Amino acid sequence: MSGSGADKAESGRSVRNARLSRATPWLWVGVALLLTALASAAVGAVPIPPVTAARILLARLPALHIRADWPASYATILYEIRLPNLALTALTGMALAGSGAAFQGLFRNPLADPYVIGVASGAGLGAVLAMSAHWPAGVLGLAAVPVAGFIGAVLTVGLVYSLSRVGGSTPVTTLILAGVAVSSFATAGTSLILLLSTSELHRAVTWMVGGFSLGGWEPVLAASPYLLLGLGVLVLLGRPINVLQFGDEQARQLGLDVERLKLVIVVAASLVAATAVSFSGIIAFVGLIVPHLTRLLWGPDYRRLLPLATLLGGSFLLAADTAARAVLSPRELPVGVVTSIVGAPFFLWLLHRARRRLRGW
Amino acid sequence: MAELELQSASLGYADHPVLRQVSLRVDPGEVLAVVGPNGVGKSTLIKAASGALPPLSGEVRINGLDLRSLRPAARARLVSVVPQATDLPGSFLALDVVLMGRTPYLGWLENEGALDREAAQLAMQRTELAELAERPVGELSGGEQQRVLIARALAQQAPVMLLDEPTAHLDLRHQDQVLRLVRELARERSLAVLLALHDLNLVARFADRVALLSNGGVRALGKPEQVLTPDGLAEVYGMHIHVMPHPVFGTPLVLSGE
Repeated sequence: MSGSGADKAESGRSVRNARLSRATPWLWVGVALLLTALASAAVGAVPIPPVTAARILLARLPALHIRADWPASYATILYEIRLPNLALTALTGMALAGSGAAFQGLFRNPLADPYVIGVASGAGLGAVLAMSAHWPAGVLGLAAVPVAGFIGAVLTVGLVYSLSRVGGSTPVTTLILAGVAVSSFATAGTSLILLLSTSELHRAVTWMVGGFSLGGWEPVLAASPYLLLGLGVLVLLGRPINVLQFGDEQARQLGLDVERLKLVIVVAASLVAATAVSFSGIIAFVGLIVPHLTRLLWGPDYRRLLPLATLLGGSFLLAADTAARAVLSPRELPVGVVTSIVGAPFFLWLLHRARRRLRGW
Repeated sequence: MAELELQSASLGYADHPVLRQVSLRVDPGEVLAVVGPNGVGKSTLIKAASGALPPLSGEVRINGLDLRSLRPAARARLVSVVPQATDLPGSFLALDVVLMGRTPYLGWLENEGALDREAAQLAMQRTELAELAERPVGELSGGEQQRVLIARALAQQAPVMLLDEPTAHLDLRHQDQVLRLVRELARERSLAVLLALHDLNLVARFADRVALLSNGGVRALGKPEQVLTPDGLAEVYGMHIHVMPHPVFGTPLVLSGE
């Protein structure tokens, strides 16, 4: 064959390119996370230049011998306020994007997201119920709220899933209708409870639209175990979730215990989403936009999609939160307002595309 | 030993039995085609043979093992299913789809190893897909997609292979190609192949035996020339049917027309 030399060179190049393109997504999301974290640390009522913020953080490493030439208040603001907020924001973004990707894989539907399918509202109802019951304060009390949120979330997914299933799959129409109905019900329940407990009203309303109002390291510590557990399980299940994309019947014929796998995904993803909602309120569309973007950029393989979307979700919410604090400074927008302003049009665009692809509605 | 065996099995759903008292067996190396009018229960039979639909009564066994008693992974090591190539998640690469045939050999948290990659590669070579390995399945033609699904079933390395209308959306050339491949695979790997097929002329050319379904049961079972007779077909399909020897192969050639 005359072209075999060229073919070999070509295939050598494509192997190298393939290896490079396997590594680059991680590089991109890593850089994005770093940059958005720095921006988030810098922006606020007292602006701290990003370079100074980075130097303050690096000064903790004695080996670097960085001289403290910044006002002492900077370090306090950074460690007591900015960093815990930053950590909670990043964790929330990761949780929303990771659980969004998992729900999309579970429902085999690109429009599934904790907000759209009502899991967030269900978790919110559970969390508000727990808060209004005056559970103990402190890290332990905070750690109990996600448990209530989790119960609400699992019940909601179960309900939406059984309502929207038509012959082994979950069509867009029924999924969204069931999600809207169940989520309206849960939201109404939440509003009712909040109205009945007037003293907490203001704080709860801020919480409902997704502001990070808790503050301090306690919520970060309380949320981390749930998120690590849930996201860890989801990320490890990438390969069987791939098999699920061929439909329940084929997955079963390929030897997958479909019902058990789905149960594990529902439990893990609900735990993650409920934790995010319990600490940060209902933040819409992160779980929709980020996995979609990840899929467009780096393909449908859940073994990569889940961890990449999770990391990207962290930097996405950091960016949204930074924007929320910067735009009307010194006033702060709730971050949920920002994600909805970006997310709702995106959702409509997706719906438009789905409508074109799936004729019939 | 019979590979796949149905013993007086009644198949369907509790409120809607489709087939009653079906008894048939498929031996290693043999291609058995299931034919009959629309809605007669061809797909039901395939589903039951895959273990997806437990029989209402009677037994479905592979290598003597009752499918109901097996976990999904154990079942998938005994029987592979080639579905119609519709509605595949198109952005997965062909190789990734074939690798999914290894699912019954892997735990949830396990990734494919060298052995699995080798099985997938061999399956793709055998189905002439090696060059298409890195292409998204959505970009492949209908015939190529069908071959990807056959390769996936091969990678599953089960002694029984079921195919549900594998030629439904293919043109003449690809119909021929796919069925020829299936018959060759049955021979060289001693697979017991059960095939639901619409086109009686393809059945006549590629099946070793035919089961003609009608009225909730097996109406005739035997070699194509024994089952594909004008009288038998006329009764089942409710119309006048001519059968003559194929000018090239000598197999039955079935033509409809009053």
